[in-house]
Amino acid sequence: MTKQLIKKLDYEATFDCVQCGYCLPACPTYIAFKTEKHSPRGRINLVKMVAEEKINIGDMQEGIDLCLGCRACETVCPTNVRYGDILMSAVEVLKEHKKESVVEKVARTAAFKYVLKNKNILRLINKGMYLYQVSGVKYATKKLNLLKPVAQFNEMNKAMPDVILSRKINRNINPFRRNDLSIGFFQGCIMDSFFSKINELAMKIMTENYVQVTNIPKQACCGALQHHAGEKEETIELAKKNIEAYEKYDFDYIVNTIGGCGATLKEYHKLFEEGTSWHKRAIDFSNKVRDISQIMGVLNLNFVNEIEKNAVYQPSCHLENVQKVFNTPEKIIEKIPGLTYLPMPEKSLCCGSAGIYNVINYEASMKILDMKMNNVKKVKPNLIITSNPGCHIQMQLGVEREGLSDEIEVKHLVEVVAEACGVKI
Amino acid sequence: MDEIVLNKLKEIFGDRLFLELSDRVSYGYDASFGQYEPEAVVQVKSTEEVQQVVLLASNYTIPIYPRGAGTSLSGGPLPVHGGIVLDFSQWTDKLEIYPEDLVIKVSPGVKTKDIHELAEAHNLMYAPDPSSARICTIGGNLAENAGGPRGVKYGVTKDYVVGLEVVTASGKIIKTGSSTVKNVTGYDMTKLLVGSEGTLGIITEATLRLIPKPEATLTALAVFDDLYTAGQSISKILTSGVRPSKMEILDNNSINKVEDYANLNLPRDAAAIILIEVDGHPDILTQELNTIKNSLIEIGVTNIQVAESKEEEEKLWKIRQLVSPAIVSSGYTKISEDATVPLSKIPDMFKKIDEIKVKYDLNIVVFGHAGDGNLHPTINTNMRDPEEVRRVENAVEEIFNYAIELGGTLSGEHGIGTMKKAFLENEVGQDGLQFQKAIKKALDPKNILNPGKIFPEKGEKRLVLKHD
Repeated sequence: MTKQLIKKLDYEATFDCVQCGYCLPACPTYIAFKTEKHSPRGRINLVKMVAEEKINIGDMQEGIDLCLGCRACETVCPTNVRYGDILMSAVEVLKEHKKESVVEKVARTAAFKYVLKNKNILRLINKGMYLYQVSGVKYATKKLNLLKPVAQFNEMNKAMPDVILSRKINRNINPFRRNDLSIGFFQGCIMDSFFSKINELAMKIMTENYVQVTNIPKQACCGALQHHAGEKEETIELAKKNIEAYEKYDFDYIVNTIGGCGATLKEYHKLFEEGTSWHKRAIDFSNKVRDISQIMGVLNLNFVNEIEKNAVYQPSCHLENVQKVFNTPEKIIEKIPGLTYLPMPEKSLCCGSAGIYNVINYEASMKILDMKMNNVKKVKPNLIITSNPGCHIQMQLGVEREGLSDEIEVKHLVEVVAEACGVKI
Repeated sequence: MDEIVLNKLKEIFGDRLFLELSDRVSYGYDASFGQYEPEAVVQVKSTEEVQQVVLLASNYTIPIYPRGAGTSLSGGPLPVHGGIVLDFSQWTDKLEIYPEDLVIKVSPGVKTKDIHELAEAHNLMYAPDPSSARICTIGGNLAENAGGPRGVKYGVTKDYVVGLEVVTASGKIIKTGSSTVKNVTGYDMTKLLVGSEGTLGIITEATLRLIPKPEATLTALAVFDDLYTAGQSISKILTSGVRPSKMEILDNNSINKVEDYANLNLPRDAAAIILIEVDGHPDILTQELNTIKNSLIEIGVTNIQVAESKEEEEKLWKIRQLVSPAIVSSGYTKISEDATVPLSKIPDMFKKIDEIKVKYDLNIVVFGHAGDGNLHPTINTNMRDPEEVRRVENAVEEIFNYAIELGGTLSGEHGIGTMKKAFLENEVGQDGLQFQKAIKKALDPKNILNPGKIFPEKGEKRLVLKHD
């Protein structure tokens, strides 16, 4: 068994950690829960001790389960510990080991095995949400607290975005193609269901700047949520689908509007063994992946409207800590006419959304969200700019919980840029 | 642990008492080596709470282990005999500045960085600057008498402590020193307690001395063709009439590792480089660096670059900051030592470490605080290879013994803890050891305060990095 655990867990990577503790002040769960077990250093040590069979697998469960996976620790680590790899290995071992609670299991099975993989179902959800909003159900539930028995879902419901119907993918080839930049768009399944407007706007911003954009039909879900839940096989299957789909085209970049999905796409190579042809194909794929802000950052955006707002930027953790896109979005924000950019204290701390963390670990997530909202309130913005749908819903939830929904708007960077450029769909 | 003790702890601490295995092992390590399992962990937040735990520990003879942020490189907070870990990291409520008295009063869990920031906001400076200032607690700094790069000009933690509040092993609360710099009332208990590694009393509050904040800094980089001249240059600079605020040396191995890692266009052939910072009024800094330059030219060193802007200065210090990430490679563990030698002996130490590197076939780089002889030979080790670990242990032992032979010391700023206790007698001698032990015995007769530190166990003669 020891040999097996040592093999299954990323035991080798745990030796890179010198336990210096530099990760502690960067870790949202350490700040919120105040104990070593909920710090990156503590978790790495627990994984190491499990691998050495000094403690049981179950002993690392709470620490690992409550990790947001934001990977802010990797950004500050002086010895470049591959925390994400250690974490994922522990999640997989725990998944095999633990009997999942019924609710979680049902939710996960439904979400991963069925819903996320099936574009038509997602489109239906999108339609459902559209009807639900148009028909005023959202309004009614918001006012009457119809969902009161499950308070957490009620709050979540309030934070859901206004949905527009997503269009069926068409091979949208721009006849005025400019030869120097050809982009394959990656829409992402959650984004496409709940935030299809943002994707539409992103493509429009690019095409209006003479960039060749193609939204290819055979793209699949990125696999991020499956991967975070320890469903490695599912993730590999999805990765292969995407790699195959995009390889058929000669794109310069593969562009998305979702910090979290982008990070998963950027790390596809980690799913495959080094030296294999899939590993090489994955590297070629990942090398092309860019966040929309990186593209907007090089375009000569033509701002025509003033945005009279005081805005903070809430970065997606995975956009920063995995994709290493740190200042590009802020540079764009600072250029938007009329807009005042307010630097937010502890900007890079996770908001607590973290994939489906806010559904599975609701209370912990709210504790982390409260820390974030305290920082928001310090600078008093009337606009929060996000770069990932999960963060977007979470920040909207934070605004609702603070009773600030009349004062603070939450928007994706793409929406703000589109408004400033007069781009409409 | 006795049921009565547990119930008492529960009563005092409520949800700040941790008994789950996963929590207990998470307070069983620090940044050195070894993993232990305390019986309980409590997060203390007041002097009275500390007093109550000490009284319990004294009545039931339970070892207690004070712990700050767990950044110790010598094993200071490790609960080697089980017992109770007192986590001080959450006790941060007092951070009060008295600018007119030039002092700050702090709770033990306050981060050193927060003290720096508060002082600077009042145009003052708390000088000790351990590299871990962003994470480490002042309590840990006091217990270990932490140093830092600024030590060459400003000294170390003990030079900035004027008063302490301490809980003794018998549960009494005493105050040492005052809020004044000068104080010769009785024994200097403050200096005895600072650096005593939590073995003589538990510090619950400190009054720290501040100095005016230097207005500006200026940095130069000197490149050396041979180690002997590099070593010679240190005394030469320090006797030139100017006192640099930092002097950091990197050996050829460090330079090449950083260059491999970051491509900064560093001189790969140089035997060593020294980063020199001067601080003070902006008008005199260039003059001061010129004085240093001239003193170096006298010994034939001409390759000196001065940073012409803040960005350039940052770039130069980046070299030093990158040493740590540059020397690690995946799967290998970094072991940092801090043997310290008289300034004139630095070249000898470099030479010896080079020999040791070859002799034991190890990956060693040397860098450190040249201005006070505090070197950090750092070994990148595969901790899963028992044979290699054994070679590292032997190499480190040889470095320790050579430092003592040169008239230096086992530890400049990390402390003895568990890591170096086997060698204490080599440095202080048998009578010296007995003298220190007598103090410990008088102040903590039941040996409940951080037992298993500083003094070697019977028959302990070796450094052991890995226990299994």
